[in-house]
Amino acid sequence: MAEQKIIYQLNHVSKIFRDKNSEVIAVDDISLEIHEGEIFGIIGMSGAGKSTLVRMLNRLEEVTSGEVIFDGKKLGELSPKETRATRKQIAMIFQSFNLLSQKTVLANVEIPLKLIGVSKEERKEIAREKLKIVGLEDKVNAYPAQLSGGQKQRVAIARALAMNPRVLLCDEATSALDPKITEEILSLLQDINERLNLTIVIITHEMNVVEKICNRVAIVDNGKLAELGEVKDVFAKPQSDAAKHLILPTIAGDNPFDETNKNCYRIVFNGRAATEPVIANLVKRTGESVNILSANTRSIGGIGYGQMIVEFPEDPTAHKVVLDYFTSIGIQPVAIDKEVVI
Amino acid sequence: MNSTLWSLIGKGVIETLEMTLISTILAYIIGVPYGVLLKVTGKGEIMEQKVVNKIFAFIANVFRSIPFLILLVFLIPFTRAIVGTSIGTEASIVPLTVGTIPIVARMVEQSLNEIPYRITEAAKSMGANSWQIVKEFIIPEAMPSLCSGTAINTATVLGYSAMAGCIGGGGLGALALNYGYYRYQNDVLFLTVLVLVVVVQVIQESGVLISKRIRHS
Repeated sequence: MAEQKIIYQLNHVSKIFRDKNSEVIAVDDISLEIHEGEIFGIIGMSGAGKSTLVRMLNRLEEVTSGEVIFDGKKLGELSPKETRATRKQIAMIFQSFNLLSQKTVLANVEIPLKLIGVSKEERKEIAREKLKIVGLEDKVNAYPAQLSGGQKQRVAIARALAMNPRVLLCDEATSALDPKITEEILSLLQDINERLNLTIVIITHEMNVVEKICNRVAIVDNGKLAELGEVKDVFAKPQSDAAKHLILPTIAGDNPFDETNKNCYRIVFNGRAATEPVIANLVKRTGESVNILSANTRSIGGIGYGQMIVEFPEDPTAHKVVLDYFTSIGIQPVAIDKEVVI
Repeated sequence: MNSTLWSLIGKGVIETLEMTLISTILAYIIGVPYGVLLKVTGKGEIMEQKVVNKIFAFIANVFRSIPFLILLVFLIPFTRAIVGTSIGTEASIVPLTVGTIPIVARMVEQSLNEIPYRITEAAKSMGANSWQIVKEFIIPEAMPSLCSGTAINTATVLGYSAMAGCIGGGGLGALALNYGYYRYQNDVLFLTVLVLVVVVQVIQESGVLISKRIRHS
């Protein structure tokens, strides 16, 4: 992948909100890089500081310390005028869409163009073209109130694209949408990323969003960067508690596995092993079996990944036989209770 | 009831409308920027200016707390300085405008406050400057509310214009006072009240109608 040019460089960025009698550290010494053309996910529980972090990327929030470098420019050193000019290269979409309810779909998409003084005819033409990209060319004269949530977010995406931005920041852009619509919006974003080579930064609390379209992910916990890496690596071998918290529930879902059961293990298959009948081979080779509590395979960055929560036999000898079998085929089961307390 | 009376009432209606509309328009010309100023300099707003906000909010409150009848008398020297007289329809426009500006300012501020901050945030993220945030985002969003506010304000000015009749202003107020009150012509009094009610109804209803027409949320 030719995505080595760095578009965002964050060096020891911190944000502290102070008032008379309290101090909240929203972002705590985060350093990371975002590459041009990639889809970068920032995931964390609500209140983890990810929304503050993304607002520092277009200077809606000032950093308390550290620096945010966008395309070689330190955002903190820009004049108000330069800041506004830079923001025109950094589009943003929001959880609540933030469309103007009193303007038509077309007029909403025209706004960023109006701000830079594009003529009326040209504005309409560009707006129509962008609405076509998001599949809403037949809704130009509708008002936002007449649209569904998914359609509103499409309008917001068209409005963002009207600026011809270098980066698209998505602040919980799918959190107000149902799973099916979320899926559609994510596909649209992925499509835009590929077609326009637009860098996309996605803020979310939903692991499935990251899994579906992100190349790399930063896990933010309590304002700190808990983990950073390729999505497939983080997903396969989460190191931090925060990562495990976020990843495990998506596998376990609402499966009734007993979290206090010492025999519960999580096994992760890499792309190769997922195609093998691992459990069937276990039975064939060792005569022992495991109880599958939860299983899930998904495509992450184009490679199939599988995860299972299994219950090993209680008998210590059989338990060891099963453990050895998995180790021998290159899978390291991790005991659930050791891994995370949900 | 003779034709003279009818022509008096006709003249009164015209004078009242003249006073009301001109005063309202003048009050809006000054009151809208005033209200925008109150909004944008407020706490946490795009041009937060504590001192400026406090001063302008104080001035607005002072003028709003003076009963209009007192303000009318109080402003007589000022009115004379501007229009040369303190009697008549034109002269009434001065105190009417002055008295209405703070009302308009507060109403505009309130309408703009209804627009959630997330709209401002979206505007900022597009690189809009403060002027553009107000002009392209906040005011268009607040338009339906500004419209219904205008209807209420116009009706208030109409009520005030009747008071101007007390100190030599023209219009229906003067008519009701001079014929109805001082000369015990109850029919004139009754008729004036009826006409006033109709005029206020028309203003209020058309305001509501326009507001509904342009509201899309």
